[in-house]
Amino acid sequence: MGLSVPAAPTAVGGVRGFWRQFRRHRLGVAGLAAVVLLGLVAVFAPLLAPYDPFSTSRNAFAPPGSPGHILGTDHLGRDVLSGVIWGARVSLIVGLAAAFTATVIGIAIGAVSGYFGGWVDELLMRITELFQIIPRFVLALIVVAFFGSGLTNLILVIGILSWPQTARLVRSQFLRHRSLPYVDGARVVGMRAPRIIFSEILPNVMAPVIVVASLDIAQAILLEASLGFFGLGDPNLRSWGGMLNTAQGFVQRAWWMSVFPGIAISLAVLGFNLVGDGLNEATDPRLREGS
Amino acid sequence: MSRAGAPPAAAPTAGETVLELRDLTTEIRSVRGLVRPVDAVSLRVRAGEVVGLVGESGSGKSMTAFSVMRLFPTKAARLVSGEVRLRGRDLVPLPQEAMRAVRGREVGMIFQDPASYLNPVLSVGRQLEQQLQAHAMGRGARARIAELLRDVGLASEIAGRYPHELSGGQAQRVGIASALACRPALVIADEPTTALDVTIQAQVLRLMARLQREGGVAMLLITHDLGVVAEVCDHVYVMYAGRIVEEAPVASLFAAPQHPYTQGLLAGVLDLIEPKPIEVAIHGSVPDLASPPPGCRFHPRCPHVMDVCRRETPPHFEVGDARAACWLHDGAPGAEATA
Repeated sequence: MGLSVPAAPTAVGGVRGFWRQFRRHRLGVAGLAAVVLLGLVAVFAPLLAPYDPFSTSRNAFAPPGSPGHILGTDHLGRDVLSGVIWGARVSLIVGLAAAFTATVIGIAIGAVSGYFGGWVDELLMRITELFQIIPRFVLALIVVAFFGSGLTNLILVIGILSWPQTARLVRSQFLRHRSLPYVDGARVVGMRAPRIIFSEILPNVMAPVIVVASLDIAQAILLEASLGFFGLGDPNLRSWGGMLNTAQGFVQRAWWMSVFPGIAISLAVLGFNLVGDGLNEATDPRLREGS
Repeated sequence: MSRAGAPPAAAPTAGETVLELRDLTTEIRSVRGLVRPVDAVSLRVRAGEVVGLVGESGSGKSMTAFSVMRLFPTKAARLVSGEVRLRGRDLVPLPQEAMRAVRGREVGMIFQDPASYLNPVLSVGRQLEQQLQAHAMGRGARARIAELLRDVGLASEIAGRYPHELSGGQAQRVGIASALACRPALVIADEPTTALDVTIQAQVLRLMARLQREGGVAMLLITHDLGVVAEVCDHVYVMYAGRIVEEAPVASLFAAPQHPYTQGLLAGVLDLIEPKPIEVAIHGSVPDLASPPPGCRFHPRCPHVMDVCRRETPPHFEVGDARAACWLHDGAPGAEATA
């Protein structure tokens, strides 16, 4: 009858099964490689950077390939490579923390909205739409200009402006899940709404949320770099956007000042976007092989 | 320990009335009008007893279960009148939170399709733990879960399994474990064996009967399968088009069914073994509840239909140890109208 027969292990679920799905998406793997590289550079920045990113020297405008300065120096003689390496830290911290903030807010609002429905849903969705139609960049610019551009402020501003997509996604998932039998099952055994929302339904809808979160990281990195480019980055940190900002005046004289931070930004944004795509395909049951 | 309405801790004593429905009526507002899938239903389940609620699909038997739990499949459904007494306490006026504390704690429920009622991404153990935690019984959950799984004949490793890794029989055993997890006074089983293979059906039925006897819980068994009724029930209620048409101890029901509908149901069962003349089987189908026939709802299909059946709803007549809502028993020797 099958009581003593162990169930056959399936490809569905499990870290190993997931990795097998993800690996099939070549660009996703390439993106993951870029992201891992970025992570290692950020973590080991003090060991990898040949110079202090702020230390100036008389050797200004050294072109790439100069002795001791593989990527050249800027107008103050600061090492571009060291700046790019330390900038990875800022980008990654802002990207991860802002996307995390956005995801937490998005989950809370979307879950409550989708699970309870009715006027709660109406109200929360109108607020969500409001946040969606605001030009994010302009508002970020204003808020940062007003409240200061410390790292925490950057993270909060970007996070608070980035949750609507997650909220809408989570809401639509909850709308679908709240009437599934397993949720009735949870009600029948007497669970309260918070437990049903966070412990029963949420684990079922996390896969697409993680996909959106990885895309959010890319967007947050881009937004942070844009703010930095306009001179609204954290002044105490060397960031890619900040390097682009200083490079503006020297585009013709020292192209390397803008090109290398630019490449770094592109790689980071592309990397997280590709990881998002790969995750999306790996978690989409329609694209799965076998069962 | 419990935040709202601490449930009575003592186990029900044998013979105590655990569940009593009095004139329970539930309505569904639909585009085609007001439908009453549960119409003035009264029934009683005592501790240590298995009571069957039998009827065709659409007769309102599952809706009766939902009414007890006050969890309806649609927002358009509403309990309109009557009482749901659980160990003497009427559940109908209880606020939502108190009702929640009853579900899964004082009343356990077993479903037809247990696998779909399990959360696909949580392990069996985690789900049972969640239920125990929801009723402030999270301390010692691990030991309790191992004990429960053993009771339903599963290895304790099953706690680490996910629903898609379970067979149908295993999933139903987990469902039974969940229904019994908080030591409820009442278990409602809605077609618990219908979706299972025949061989597993018998095992699950025997398991339910054994656990029910050992734990002294009361069980309301909802089914369309008279074979199941004969095997495990002590007392039976027959439901037709939202109403109880007959009630009897199981032996009497099978020996001498009093309502023509019950007679037809039994004839349908016996057909398989020894074919009967076709006229005793039930013709037609369950009436549309949006516009039920007047009088006795069974009269359009009844082989013994009389004038009075078309006009007036029959009361329950006592016939021996049975009660049947049929005019045939009006004035019959020994018959007495009640309620």
